[in-house]
Amino acid sequence: MTASKEQFLNNPLGKDTTLEDVLDAFEFLDDWEERYAYIIDLGKQLPGFPDDERVEENYVHGCQSQVWLIHRYDEDSGKLFLLIDSDAMIVRGLAAIILVALNAKTPRELLATDIDELFEQLDLFRHISPTRGNGLRAMVGKIRDIAAAEAA
Amino acid sequence: MTDLSVANNTQSMAFDVQAIRRDFPILHQEINGKPLVYLDNGASAQKPQAVLDAMDRYYREMHSNVHRGAHTLGDRATAAFEGSRETVREFLNAPSTREIIWTRGTTEAINLVANGLAPRLKAGDEILVSHMEHHANIVPWQMVAERTGARVVPIQVTPQGELDLDSFNSLLNERTRVLAITHVSNVLGTVNPIAPLIEQAKKQGVLTLVDGAQAVPHFQPDVQALGCDFYVFSSHKLFGPTGIGVLYGRAELLEEMPPYQGGGEMIERVSFERTTWNVLPYKFEAGTPAIAEAVGLGAAIDYLNSLDRKAMEAAENALLRQANELVETVPGMEIIGTAKQKVPVMSFKIAGLHPSDIGTLLDQQGIAIRTGHHCAMPLMDFYGVPGTARASFAFYNTLEEVEKLFTGLQKIQRLFA
Repeated sequence: MTASKEQFLNNPLGKDTTLEDVLDAFEFLDDWEERYAYIIDLGKQLPGFPDDERVEENYVHGCQSQVWLIHRYDEDSGKLFLLIDSDAMIVRGLAAIILVALNAKTPRELLATDIDELFEQLDLFRHISPTRGNGLRAMVGKIRDIAAAEAA
Repeated sequence: MTDLSVANNTQSMAFDVQAIRRDFPILHQEINGKPLVYLDNGASAQKPQAVLDAMDRYYREMHSNVHRGAHTLGDRATAAFEGSRETVREFLNAPSTREIIWTRGTTEAINLVANGLAPRLKAGDEILVSHMEHHANIVPWQMVAERTGARVVPIQVTPQGELDLDSFNSLLNERTRVLAITHVSNVLGTVNPIAPLIEQAKKQGVLTLVDGAQAVPHFQPDVQALGCDFYVFSSHKLFGPTGIGVLYGRAELLEEMPPYQGGGEMIERVSFERTTWNVLPYKFEAGTPAIAEAVGLGAAIDYLNSLDRKAMEAAENALLRQANELVETVPGMEIIGTAKQKVPVMSFKIAGLHPSDIGTLLDQQGIAIRTGHHCAMPLMDFYGVPGTARASFAFYNTLEEVEKLFTGLQKIQRLFA
């Protein structure tokens, strides 16, 4: 079964869980344990991902773990909806942060979002190995490509 | 009372790990605010001060191109460079320095041999490897097989991570031309019983190559006792610099093999009518070699020779024993590779945790391990895992560091609970 319209539209990330929520929460996280516990919790908010979408064309290359990404452009609202899946918990959490910032936006809004600035605000890269940083960039890159194609 | 303290002193005199750690400057730093615990030695080992000094001194006092004669610096550089070759010969107990070829590392050494043996291979021939090989001892053979019509056949591995000797016996046949096998598995830590396999292979006229990359950091091989035709290893895993490695090959075979690369140094005479090759080992060393790195590798071996290797092995075994004993303190933790003969390498998985999560969260605690497929995808498939987490110890690691690894793992588990 492929993902239904509802699965895309009901994704809480970027809708119920907003960027302000995440930024506020991060301010109160002092050490790495709290920070990662929060990231792991965010990952648990990722909606289910259809098994049959775990295919090569949806695979995000450049990550150490397996990552899949699918999207749906909603004609009614003009917004782009995203679903991400990974087998690693921390990657799921980082994907959730990306979705909080980029999901349920019009392609133009999405392309205007400075994700690097967000990562800097969250002080994420300092705590993430370059290998994992590359994985994050690969995810963001694929999302931006999708948005650019939809905006064209 | 007095007697006991004397006994303790003797023991610490034999192997004083704190004194040894002082020889490795990189170990004394903090990562993410915690003292570095470096348990990724299987990927690359750290370098003692003696290696750094030797390379520094080489560039400050004697650098010049080698084998070009004509001036004093050139002679000094050549003496240092060839001195290291002799050090390596002695380390492997090879009969002659003609049989010690510098390469960029294990990978290049295997590519060189695979390429050099290609003229001997034809359609239907078989190259025997094992299921636990690093990709470096699979892919070069596959490439040669593609060219020649030969086949690469894997010896099976048991669930404990040992070579399946029945599988070896049934696969070694009249079509087998080459046995290319790892001395120690980079994923499992298994020490393979290669001597009897080589003996059996030789009886059938099969050529043998041993990948010693993961063996030499832990014990010293004797190529004559093993009787192998080729033995290869990398300097950087042996506490030496990156960018250089060693191919030992029996002179008779090296003479027969065509050169690997063409260029300067490897020729005797060049003309547009006919070019002839230099003698061994230079025939396989085209271009200006990694001179400082060769000097550094020599210094690394000298450093190891200055230590009590028996005491070192005992200390490494103690690290592995300690790690094995602590496994039960982490619920859901499972060791992959439980062979009877092991070097201190521990691959593991923890139920519900992805290896990359384990690696990231250990790094937060200053602990460096490797996660992923370890360039051994066929072995990952065999165990049905996407990858493993691997802690690989060196003689400069301490029992306290082993404990820190397990405290770290317990912390991670609480985080996911």
